[in-house]
Amino acid sequence: MRHVYGWLLLTPAAILLVAFTHYPAVATLAESFFSTGTAVRPSRFVGLGNYAALLGDPIFTQVLLNNFWFALGTIPTSIALAMLMAAWVNGALPGRALVRLAYFTPTVLPMIAVANLWLYFYTPQIGLLDKVTALFGAGSHNWLGNPDTVMGCLVAMTIWKEAGFFMIFYLAALQALPPELGEAARIEGASRWYFFRRVTFPLLMPTTLFVLVNATINSFKLVDHLFILTKGGPDNASNLLLYYIYQTAFSFFDTSYAATLTVVLLALLGAFALVQFQLIERRVHYR
Amino acid sequence: MSEIVLEQVTKRYGRVTAVEGVSFRAERGSFVVLLGPSGCGKSTLLRLIAGLEEVSAGKIHIEGREVTALDPTERRLSMVFQSYALFPHLSVAENIVFGLKVRGLPAPERRERLARVAELVGLTERLEHKPQQLSGGQRQRVALARAIVSENPICLMDEPLSNLDAQLRHEMRVEIRALQRRLGMTVVYVTHDQVEAMSMADHVILLRAGRIEQQGTPAELYARPATTFAARFIGTPAMNLVRRATIEPDARDGFTLGIRPEDIRLLANGDGGLKARVTSAEYHGADTIVTARVGEESLVVRAPGEVKLAPGAEVRLGWERSATHLFDDLGRRK
Repeated sequence: MRHVYGWLLLTPAAILLVAFTHYPAVATLAESFFSTGTAVRPSRFVGLGNYAALLGDPIFTQVLLNNFWFALGTIPTSIALAMLMAAWVNGALPGRALVRLAYFTPTVLPMIAVANLWLYFYTPQIGLLDKVTALFGAGSHNWLGNPDTVMGCLVAMTIWKEAGFFMIFYLAALQALPPELGEAARIEGASRWYFFRRVTFPLLMPTTLFVLVNATINSFKLVDHLFILTKGGPDNASNLLLYYIYQTAFSFFDTSYAATLTVVLLALLGAFALVQFQLIERRVHYR
Repeated sequence: MSEIVLEQVTKRYGRVTAVEGVSFRAERGSFVVLLGPSGCGKSTLLRLIAGLEEVSAGKIHIEGREVTALDPTERRLSMVFQSYALFPHLSVAENIVFGLKVRGLPAPERRERLARVAELVGLTERLEHKPQQLSGGQRQRVALARAIVSENPICLMDEPLSNLDAQLRHEMRVEIRALQRRLGMTVVYVTHDQVEAMSMADHVILLRAGRIEQQGTPAELYARPATTFAARFIGTPAMNLVRRATIEPDARDGFTLGIRPEDIRLLANGDGGLKARVTSAEYHGADTIVTARVGEESLVVRAPGEVKLAPGAEVRLGWERSATHLFDDLGRRK
């Protein structure tokens, strides 16, 4: 009787998980092996056909490359900034609660709101950025309309949004470090930089690993801003993988191809997480 | 020559005065203990000497140099922290040579010094371990090794033994003292444990509420406590302090009489002495601690060996007149 109760208690959660997580995941994988059905041509099994199409799709290659640059642009900078800000607001600083709050505010804002805010910054001629550069005699720029600058704009905005969030983790980790370590190092003659390099940074490694995994996932997951700012343009110059999946599924209604892209995205994220844990775990000191 | 000299050192945090007008000298090669109850400012005083805190007023000289405004690094001293402050991600060896590496000492000399110090504190077998793989006593040794490997003439210790169990504490007391003598270091040692102070110090500085209550050799503090506070703080069980009138009925002043429990003897019946009623008798092995009531007050007696006394029994107490200490109504020695 006891295990019946056990199963009964597990059922509500299990139903939700199966219905909204496991079944869709498996269904997505299954769908990626079929063609998209239409009124005249029903869906049929195509094996790896969708995956073969993927390799020949220039937009997919570009989107993947875009996403790679987006990740490379946002992750290291936001992590470094987060560490720097945390180190700063961890010290004795007048009004530090206010500074902490200020750093954290971008995290609280919805991405849609952030994108609207930055849309105003980037608007040609009347935008904040152009107004400021005009003071130095620079002409008007169409920041988001230029394929050369659009990715940089997205990267800058994402760093602004994310660094404050990661700072909170670093701040918590820094506050868990006993202050005597710093004092002992001071007595031994270590400079602040030496102490950071040899003691603080290694002791923050568990946090860095956690933040790194999250930042990587976010760089693939965060596409809300594209809806407001660029819609992936111009000419796919700012298109990211997840946004491309959205377009494929809900603008072009090619659901099978979207399912194939989704499987690739999941495989990529899984592989990244695995590599990160494997490589870095060995160098992480957990207390 | 004095190695460390403090002149009227004061430390205030806002309105709170943690250390007030403290002056003392620590002679070269001596073991000085800063003793006092928690919150008396002894750790703050040590941190002021180390340079981890800035003095609000007064001067600090080390080896004839004024260091009041200098950084900890420039004061050429080592420190052992209560929590040991070992770097958890570094091995024992790396922890010990941390400071040598900072100063850019060449690797061969680092290795040589490490080997010598590890031998000295008995850590040779543990050099590759991480701190959390060590016992409390071993961590203590690592902290000690890190302090002596720099070969600074001065070592500051902030309650280094308070995280160890009683057995180990005793061993480390002996070891630290032997090490200090052997290396000729000047040690300033903070503790709230009067046994540590008595057994290790050349010079004890007793602090109370940020001021020096009394300083001198352990024997001086024990034999001639300057105040009732000093009298109570040093010696276990603490000195009996009773109103003089309790013992000497014709005394009319508000003075306090002090007698150490070990100076009171239990007298055989008929030998005179002071009549008292036993409230408890605690057997400790080598001696028995008897508590007895005289009028309104309690007296503690330390009697050698096993003494069987039931609560309520009547005893007679006696002592040499020279063994009593007299304090005025402000608690100062008369």
